[in-house]
Amino acid sequence: MEENKKTCLYDRHVAQGALMSPFGGFDMPIQYRGIIEEHNAVRNACGVFDVSHMGEVIVTGRDATRFVNYIFSNDVTPASAGQCLYGMMLNADGGVVDDLLVYKFSETKYLLVINASNIAKDEAWIEERMNDDNPDTPGHPFRVDVEMVSDVTSELAVQGPEAEKVVGEVLGIGCSDLTFYTFKETTFKGHDILISRTGYTGEDGFEIYGADGDIVAMWDLLMESGRCEPCGLGCRDTLRFEVGLPLYGDELADDITPVEACLTMFVKLDKAPFMGRDKVAAQKAAGAPRKLVGIELADRAVPRHGYEVLDTDGEVVGHVTTGYQSISVGKSIAMALVDSRYAALGTPLGVRIRRKVFPCVVVGKKFYKKSYKK
Amino acid sequence: MIRFSESHEYVRVEGEYGFIGVSDYAQKQLGNVVYVDMPEPGDELEQGEDFGAIESVKAASDLIAPVSGEVVEINEALADNPRLVNQDAMANWIVKVKLSDPGELDNLMDEAAYEAFCNKG
Repeated sequence: MEENKKTCLYDRHVAQGALMSPFGGFDMPIQYRGIIEEHNAVRNACGVFDVSHMGEVIVTGRDATRFVNYIFSNDVTPASAGQCLYGMMLNADGGVVDDLLVYKFSETKYLLVINASNIAKDEAWIEERMNDDNPDTPGHPFRVDVEMVSDVTSELAVQGPEAEKVVGEVLGIGCSDLTFYTFKETTFKGHDILISRTGYTGEDGFEIYGADGDIVAMWDLLMESGRCEPCGLGCRDTLRFEVGLPLYGDELADDITPVEACLTMFVKLDKAPFMGRDKVAAQKAAGAPRKLVGIELADRAVPRHGYEVLDTDGEVVGHVTTGYQSISVGKSIAMALVDSRYAALGTPLGVRIRRKVFPCVVVGKKFYKKSYKK
Repeated sequence: MIRFSESHEYVRVEGEYGFIGVSDYAQKQLGNVVYVDMPEPGDELEQGEDFGAIESVKAASDLIAPVSGEVVEINEALADNPRLVNQDAMANWIVKVKLSDPGELDNLMDEAAYEAFCNKG
């Protein structure tokens, strides 16, 4: 069996007693003190996550803007330098290859931040796309260079209402000037780093990219300060889930479209042609066969990924993509991909949890209100 | 008398009845318990078969019957407050059964053997 990769913070996680588990090909911390404590620290104060497992790809060259727009569902053309955009890479069938953040440095340089579990697939897919015809210059491929830099890039996410103060005061990285979904290149102890006001928790916060040594030094400073809870992927999942953010592998997959996942606002159909566009446009017009919804149970039983969702006659109409007994909302809730005929708010459904079927009802999937600082 | 299974359930035997729960080791491994899926009184448990589940934030774990018997009572307090399992797993049993085959207890570990089993990792 192939051994999992380790991030530059692996020794810190083990020394600090984190529960480690494989995720996306890496040995990652799932929890330190406990998912509930860490979750609440991020909602109420500040937590730090090692997200060095994330993949990074740099696209440069004359056709960089055109190429990124060809592989990415959102539109980078109107974005200014220093802006981040969320979107997806789509396959020809409109399914989601991956969801990602794109950082625009200039018209000729972009950073793509992709999911750890998809690094190999995405890299191969992006390389294939480089050989596609540039629709602007038929018969010619894109004039771009693509550099895979995941192995030399580490990343921390500092998240929570206190994050701005902690990053500024503990790490000495000025970040008050950053607005939501913007980034800048700056320095930490004289070394180049990148910081963006982004995250995956529904709270204000920052993501910081740098070389291993700098990321480890930042982690140590944050720990010494006592102002930042070390957090594992366990609460990263409960936090993102409560605010309705999708996770690739749960809500998104090669055979799930952005229309089904209710992410069409991140697919700009009116920009120049891009991969997957026509399928998404057709499905948007005709209606998707399935839709991602929120469901809420009356009982405390926990609906989990893969559990069947049933109509009131007991017929299977979908499955749970992510579910928890929510920490901040205090109810058993889930996101589920269901037959669109059952997607209307208030539709009564059931979830099979082991031997029993628990009644539930379709609700909005933003279970907890985001508190971004815009 | 108390006996433990390799899947970390215990049965505390009082006369012809057994009180079944999960061990302190198990509750620590699970972390915050958020739900206990219990059978109904009258259900028959069979040694080695699952009879419910215990859920932490992250995952559901099957409860495996350490002994066979009919459920005569479930611990209703756990329905409202599943965290009692974290507070005192040994006091907060999950089901009370009427033992159908006390000979099955011989397949289980006593406290010393169970402790050694957990330490072995």
